[in-house]
Amino acid sequence: MRRNARAPSESCETWCEADAVSERIGRPAGLKFTKIEKRFGSLYALRRLDLEIAPGECVALTGRNGSGKTTLLRVASQLTRPTRGELTFPGLKAGEVPAIGYVSHAIMLYEELTAEENLQLFGRLLGIAEPEKRAAKLLEETSLTVRAKSLVRTFSRGMKQRLAIARALLQDPGLLLLDEPGTGLDTESTAWLTNTVHRLRDEGRTIVMCVHGESALSQLASRAARLDAGALIADTRTGATFQTVFAMGEA
Amino acid sequence: MKLLSNTAVLLRKEVHAEFRSHELLTTTSVFMLIVIVLFSFTFDPTSAESRQFGPGLLWLAFLFSASLMLQACFLRERTNDTLSALRLAVNDPFAIFLAKLCANTIFLLVAELVLLFVFAVFYNVSVFPVFPQLVLVFFLGSLGISTTGTALSAVSSQARMREVLLPLLLMPLLVPVLIPSTEATKALLETEPALRWDWLGILVAFDVVFLTALWLFGEYLLEE
Repeated sequence: MRRNARAPSESCETWCEADAVSERIGRPAGLKFTKIEKRFGSLYALRRLDLEIAPGECVALTGRNGSGKTTLLRVASQLTRPTRGELTFPGLKAGEVPAIGYVSHAIMLYEELTAEENLQLFGRLLGIAEPEKRAAKLLEETSLTVRAKSLVRTFSRGMKQRLAIARALLQDPGLLLLDEPGTGLDTESTAWLTNTVHRLRDEGRTIVMCVHGESALSQLASRAARLDAGALIADTRTGATFQTVFAMGEA
Repeated sequence: MKLLSNTAVLLRKEVHAEFRSHELLTTTSVFMLIVIVLFSFTFDPTSAESRQFGPGLLWLAFLFSASLMLQACFLRERTNDTLSALRLAVNDPFAIFLAKLCANTIFLLVAELVLLFVFAVFYNVSVFPVFPQLVLVFFLGSLGISTTGTALSAVSSQARMREVLLPLLLMPLLVPVLIPSTEATKALLETEPALRWDWLGILVAFDVVFLTALWLFGEYLLEE
């Protein structure tokens, strides 16, 4: 039973809904991968993959290690250029650049800087008007205010992950890409992460998260898809059930 | 404007992180000091010999220690994949290069100027009368080393043999910097000092060409 999953009708699938939430947060861009292929030498990480994610949708991507999940997220974040194929962002106006929040395996933070300095640094680079205020607000939201002036290298894994999510939320992105955000977290941090993703999803942001198997986090998804050897092999949008998508990995 | 503001923010971060850790400046300065002192004890040169061979030795010491500094410049960004965070945050990836090469030039120049006085003492060479001219030569030479080294550091940090690749690529490419820098320094340390604009011109041309190339193609160096 998927208690937290939203029915497709509840998700922000129409452009009107997308316009309504864009006043609060970055416009929730969708994602459209058309025949995306990514090769590293002779190795195919993605094989002519077609996938369309509507604005406001919350998608759980699953698959074995090396199935192409991370590569797909890096292509979506435009950090990796696909070898072939096209990536577009439905829901955005022509020429509009999507505000993307990306949380990867690595924390993407400077350990020799404090939590506050890290957020302010990236805030300034992103051109946020008052980076100090924004950093303070995010530190409060992630319950890290008391450690704001501590070096990141002194943080626990859970605290680093919370700060990584705070960094990804700096520009209030409409599109969030989370690559196995729950890895290495204890019960308390996992609960915090689940609540945060739940809130972000309800705010109408498009969320694509890589997960391993069913978890409290994956239950937040309104859609699940499975990758294998760089190809999409199951998708709840095309008739597969959540149980099927997640059970395929255990077979 | 966005390019300049992003560069300023990143340069501030580089300097701030360095003043907190002292990693790059300490390593570079200590290495330069060892080379200069060891050569002084090994050859025990007279003042005339120092003026003849000293500049070459000085620039080789700068080059070797710079390769240590430049190695770390992009490798440090790999630790937590902060390079990806920077690429997502900046509009123009050239800002990342510009900040790094400015920081590298500043750190290298500081280490060079400190070690210049050690060189003057150990090699019995007077540097005070031509100090401003030497700063100009050191700046242009360091800029050339940093520009080329920063670009190659971005490439080598993604390669398999990243620890040894940078010096192998860097040394041959920097011959056009090493020769004019050495010759210009040598002319300034002569008994009748002269600022050789012909050698400085070559240094300026090298810096302009490599900076332009980095501006045009830098984005591709950061891609996976």
